Parts: sequence; structure tokens; C-alpha cells
Amino acid sequence: MDLDINQYINIFVEESKEHLQNMNDILLELEKNPSNHDLINEIFRVAHTLKGMSGTMGFTNMANLTHDMENVLQAIRNDEIEVSEEIIDLLFECFDALDTSVNHIIDYGSEDTSNHKELISKLNNHLVKEKNSKSNERNIQKPVLELEHHLIEVLKKAKSDGLNVYKIDISLKETCMLKAARAFIVFNTLESFGEIVYSHPSVDDIEDEKFDLSFSIMLVTSSRESEILNSLNQISEIDKIDITLIDDSFNIIEVNNTSPKSDEGLSSFQDEDGKDEKTTQSHLGKIGKTVRVDIDRLDNLMNLVSELIIIKTRMDDLSGKAAGENMTEAIEYLERITTSLHDAVMKVRMVPIERVFNRFPRLVRDLSKELGKEIDLQMSGEETEVDRTVIDEIGDPLIHLIRNSIDHGIELPKERVKIGKPERGKLVLKAYPDGNNVVIEVEDDGRGIDYKYVLRKALEKGLITDKEAESLTVEESINLLFLPGFSTADKISDLSGRGVGLDVVKSKIESINGSVEVESIKDKGTKFIIRIPLTLAIIQALLIRLKDEIYAIPLSSVTEIINIPSSGIRDIQGQEIALYRGKTIPIIRLRKVLDISEEEEVEDLVVVVVNKGEKQAGLIVDSLIGQQEIVIKSLGKYLAGIKYISGATILGNGNISLILDINSLI
Amino acid sequence: MSSEINNKYVIFKLNKEYYGIPIDNVISIEKMHTFTRIPNAPNYLKGVINLRGEVIPLIDLRQKLNMDLREIDKNTRIIVVTDKDIVAGLIVDSSSEVLEIYEENIDEVPSSENINLSYIHGIGKTKDRLVILLELSKVLEN
Repeated sequence: MDLDINQYINIFVEESKEHLQNMNDILLELEKNPSNHDLINEIFRVAHTLKGMSGTMGFTNMANLTHDMENVLQAIRNDEIEVSEEIIDLLFECFDALDTSVNHIIDYGSEDTSNHKELISKLNNHLVKEKNSKSNERNIQKPVLELEHHLIEVLKKAKSDGLNVYKIDISLKETCMLKAARAFIVFNTLESFGEIVYSHPSVDDIEDEKFDLSFSIMLVTSSRESEILNSLNQISEIDKIDITLIDDSFNIIEVNNTSPKSDEGLSSFQDEDGKDEKTTQSHLGKIGKTVRVDIDRLDNLMNLVSELIIIKTRMDDLSGKAAGENMTEAIEYLERITTSLHDAVMKVRMVPIERVFNRFPRLVRDLSKELGKEIDLQMSGEETEVDRTVIDEIGDPLIHLIRNSIDHGIELPKERVKIGKPERGKLVLKAYPDGNNVVIEVEDDGRGIDYKYVLRKALEKGLITDKEAESLTVEESINLLFLPGFSTADKISDLSGRGVGLDVVKSKIESINGSVEVESIKDKGTKFIIRIPLTLAIIQALLIRLKDEIYAIPLSSVTEIINIPSSGIRDIQGQEIALYRGKTIPIIRLRKVLDISEEEEVEDLVVVVVNKGEKQAGLIVDSLIGQQEIVIKSLGKYLAGIKYISGATILGNGNISLILDINSLI
Repeated sequence: MSSEINNKYVIFKLNKEYYGIPIDNVISIEKMHTFTRIPNAPNYLKGVINLRGEVIPLIDLRQKLNMDLREIDKNTRIIVVTDKDIVAGLIVDSSSEVLEIYEENIDEVPSSENINLSYIHGIGKTKDRLVILLELSKVLEN
């Protein structure tokens, strides 16, 4: 049977990502508390789930790797291996490999060819090495047995009654057809000797065949080991029988009934499979009731809602003529509903910024390790929500800023102590909503930016003139960092050390209609403040009129609206220019550019000053309509190449207005 | 299943001739909408319309096929078509019906010195008339 796995790939990818994120978090936690067994259990569960999932999908390389991870984790759980830095690094490596695999699956729909041989052999080496060194100690130590309270009571009672307690591990042959039936025979046979006080998996699970090939039983009996073994040997299809007498040589530890370990009972009894149920259980608590929805469907829903709003506006117009109190009332009600519907749909498209933030702990860990710095990362506001389309865009700029802070901002521990700062550097990542924007701050308590140095550097590179340099404020000087061409390769570990491709960060943020600022105090630290719109689907725009057409200009690129007398415009070799705030800016006659008949000469021209980065230009328009929130619609594939137009929006009356592409106009 | 549908064509009139587009490619037929002009676009690209919240380019088929222009009247229709991710509206004189034309009744385009033959996929013959079947991918080429 050839299962069409493609339809499951999306689910697989989504879930794997979730599990991997979970694993990443736990690993980071584990690094801080290496002795916490709950964390090990959790990673084990995640690895196990991943193994199952990838196995089902036929991604054998992933399955193999997770399988070997399980082995190591299992050994840790059994205290055969200690959690060392090495192990954690290794687990991180495995995590990376899995992450790469999943990403490959996203891109190509199939698994990459790497079979993780190296990692697997590393894992196995650990297993052998550590086990050997540990097993020596183990021989001296008493074997450990973790039991629930009531079982310990049973053991005590059995002892006082002079009965023996045996732990019996049974493995069935792989060829065994009716495992449950075979197990039932085993149970029956053993019950003839005494009382079965414990079994793993539980009797119910065994009856339902919810076990692999092996199971464990604890039997309280007056019979001897050899008698039991004899009768068990008569049952066919049994591969292996292991009987251990539980006596004083065992170090019995009571486990708390409520801890997640308790349902696994004797920890040394565990087989790897048959635990799926527990895995899902432990995850159920964390994951709320959610439905995964394709983003396209949401877009579609959004369209329908926009449509509804447009129709509502039209009805509004009509009701003015038809009057009627009931009608007006009904339309007001409709308006309320559409508004809340619109908000609700917008909310559905929102995702918590956590999606971006959650990879930073690892980034900070790796970088600080690499550079020998000690850094505390503090994150807040991860629950702040932004539109899905924005999320995808802000990851890279943020990584850039964090790298900068760690690499150049925060000093080495020694230096920090010398200047009286705490040894550990602090990196604060904060997100919070602010009106229609989301603000993200990246703040460090490092050495800050020396504005004088920045000025000097900018002068050297000829980015500013001496005269300009004199008039710049401290803030303006620091902002020179964002100038393209400020950063060059030679300045990696300069005194200020900042400015590695910050222009890239700036242009990326601006491309999603955001802005970035920097505040810095020398020796105290630096703070980058990023402001991004909640959504890319809705922007603030300035609507302007040209003859009888209406166009929209994104407000983010509008600097100012001014009036210029027509005599103020000069023609210099075919390029019209005007004086604006002591500078000359090029003037663009929109009517001409947009192929509309020339305007009749007017005395006072309305000019919208727009900017693209540092470049400015004045656009001559007929008149202004006003500022409005608009929903951006794509023009589709057919119109992809149209000049000067970046998209369209639908106005209240249902008509389409085109959005001007300022970048291509200037 | 698809073979049944494949034989059906949406028939419309352009300059007194009948034209056909496979029904699979037709999303809907609309009355003339108000549209927004697109600056600097080729002359056959009339503008964009708002079709239930989607922005859709409007192609004047007469102009695209180098025919004389004609005033928009109450019979003018927009046939909204799709081909390979592209959605567009075609302005036609009027639309009449859906016809079934079987493969065997479709002739190849007679080789002729006539212009724009690449837009034509074939000539369909029905009982009482000839239908020019359009090659949509060519019509939607920029």
C-alpha cells in the first residue's frame, strides 16, 4: 500500500517544529539544572514522539537519530550516564541536525540524505564509555529500584510474611502472533504461584496488546525461582525470561505518586515503546484547544469581511436617501457587527511574537559560549501578537541586533569587573504593543556607542561634511550608524564596535513600514527600538486626487505636505527642483508620470514630500483627500510588472484606488 | 469526469463572430463594472475591477485582438477567466451560451496570412455556426 504522505507532511512539519521548540527549551533549562530528572523525561518523551512521527512518515534518518538519542536519554534516566556539558552539547547537536532535517523537509518535501552517522556514533560512544565507567561504581552500589508507595508496603508485608518477591521480565518472540493471548498465559501461570502485585505495562494495556514484545511483572510468592522458571519455560513463543529476587540488596526508593515518573513505575522496567499514551497525556496539558488553518483560508475570510465592510458602506449611502428610522438602526447594528467581525478575523491572523523570540535563548547561549562572555538574556512580552506576515520579516533583523549586542556591546567578564559592572552581561529583549504598532527593544548593558567615534568615522568615510558634523546632535550622530556604507569589514572589534551592516537592518525594517532608532550611553549600554506595524495587510495612507483619480501614498514614506508657488520650481537640465528646508529636492509631477493630461497652471502647488531612506522628492498632486487606513490588495501576477504601482486598495464606495510605489518613483 | 466537462465552451460575441473559451477556465460572467485605470499600462489593459474583494485586471479583448473599438453598452460583459494562477476579466460584446463542442468537430486553424493566429486554438463547428476557440494562455500573455 502506497500511502500518500504528502497530505500529512504539513501536519508533520508543524508538529515537529513544535516538539523541537519544546526540546530546545528543555535543553536550555537542563543546562541550568543538569540534575533535574523531570527534564530528561520530558526530552525523552519529545524524542520518542519525534521518532514515532518520523518513522510513520518514512523519514528513517530522523527516526534513527532520535532512536539513538532515546538510548542515551534512557541511560541518563537510569543514572548510567551523568548529564555533563559534553552530553548537553551533543544533545544540542542532535537537535540542530533534527531541525535541519525538518527544514529540508519543508523545502523539498523529502528527507535530506545525511544519515547523521557521525552524531549517532558519537551518541553510541557516550553510551559505551559512560556506561562502563559507571557500571564499575554500580557494582559497589546497591541496585536502585524506584517504587510507588503501596508497592513498598506490599514488599514489606511480603518480607514479614516470609514470602519472596520476584521481578520477572519477559520478552516474547518477534514471531509471536497473539501477544496478548501469550501474555495472558504467562499471567495465568504466574498467578498459580502467588499474587501479581504489579505489571508494566498495566494489565489493561497488555490485554489490549498495547505493548511491544516485553513486559515486566512483580510476583509475591512462596515458591522458588527455579519452579517459576520451569513452568514459564513450558510456554512457547517466549524469547527470554529474566527473574530477579528483590531482597535487601536493592536500594528501594519511593517515588511520589503524582510525579510523572510514577506511571512508569519501576524505572528499570521501562521498555521504550508503549509509552505513546503517556506522551500525549503530558502534552495535552500544555496545548490548548487549537485548530491549524491554512493562511490562505484566512486571507479568503479576510477578503470576505472586507467585502462586507464595503457593502455596508454602500448601504449607508443608500439609507441616507431612503431614510426610515428602522433602516438606520439596522445599518448601525450591521456596522457594529462588521467592525467586530473584522477585528476578530484580524486577531485570528495574529501570532505571538514568541515564534521569533523562542530561537534567541539558544542563539545567546551559543554566541556567549563562543566568545567567552557571560550573558543573561531577559525576554518579556513574548505574548505580544503581530500579523503572521510581519513575523516572517523581523527574525533576521533581530538576530542581527542581538549578535551585535553580544559581539560588540557586552564586554568580557574581566573587563566588566574592572569597570565595576556585574560580571554577567545583561541582554533585554522586550516587546509590547503601542497603538497600531508593536515595539521591540533590544537593550544591553555593554560599552555603548561612542558618538564622537561614530562622527569621526563618518567624516573619514566622507558620509558627512565637516559642516554637517558640527551641527549634528549626539542622537543624530549615533544614527549615522544606519547610513549605508558606514560599516566596513575593518571595524569588527573597534572601540564602539557597532555598526555591522546596521543599514541592512534598517532597510529590512523599513521595507515592512517599520522604523528603528537607537539610544546609547557610553559605558552604560545601548538600546535599539524597533517599531513595526501590527499588520502588513493594513497601512496608514494619504489619499490624494489627480484629476478624477484617487491614489494612495503610504504614510510611512510621507515626510511633509507643503505648498510651493509655481515660481518656486526651477528647471535644471530637464529636471525640476525646488528648495525645501534649505535643500534642493527633485520635483515629480505625478500627472505626467501617471499619464494623465497636464494640469492647467495654478499659482499654488500642493507638494507631498516623500522619502526613501535618505533620498527625498516632492510629488505635485491636485489635491489631498486625507489620511485613511487602507487594506492592501495585491495586483496579482498579471500586473506584477506595472511601473510606479505597488498594490491596490478598495475604497469605501467599492472603487479601487492604486497605491503608489514611492521607491520606484524616486 | 473531466473529459465530459472539457467539451463545454462558454460562447461570446466579438465583432459579429462567435468565440469560445473552455468552461474550466471561466470563473464567472459579470456585467460591466466601474474600473480603475492603470497608468502606463498597454492600451488593451483597461484597468482593474473590484470583484468581490479581489482586484482583477480587465483586458479589452477587442483591443488585444487588434479589432476596432466599440462603445460599452448594456450587452457588454466581463468574462472572468483563469489560467495558471492568473485571473483576469475579458471585456466582450456579449455572451450568449455554453455549447458542447467535441474534439472531432474542432478544426485546426487554416494557415493564412491573417494576423494574430496564435491566439486561436482552433475552429469549432456546431450545427449552425462556426466558433473561434481562443488559446487562453496566449491571450493572457503580457
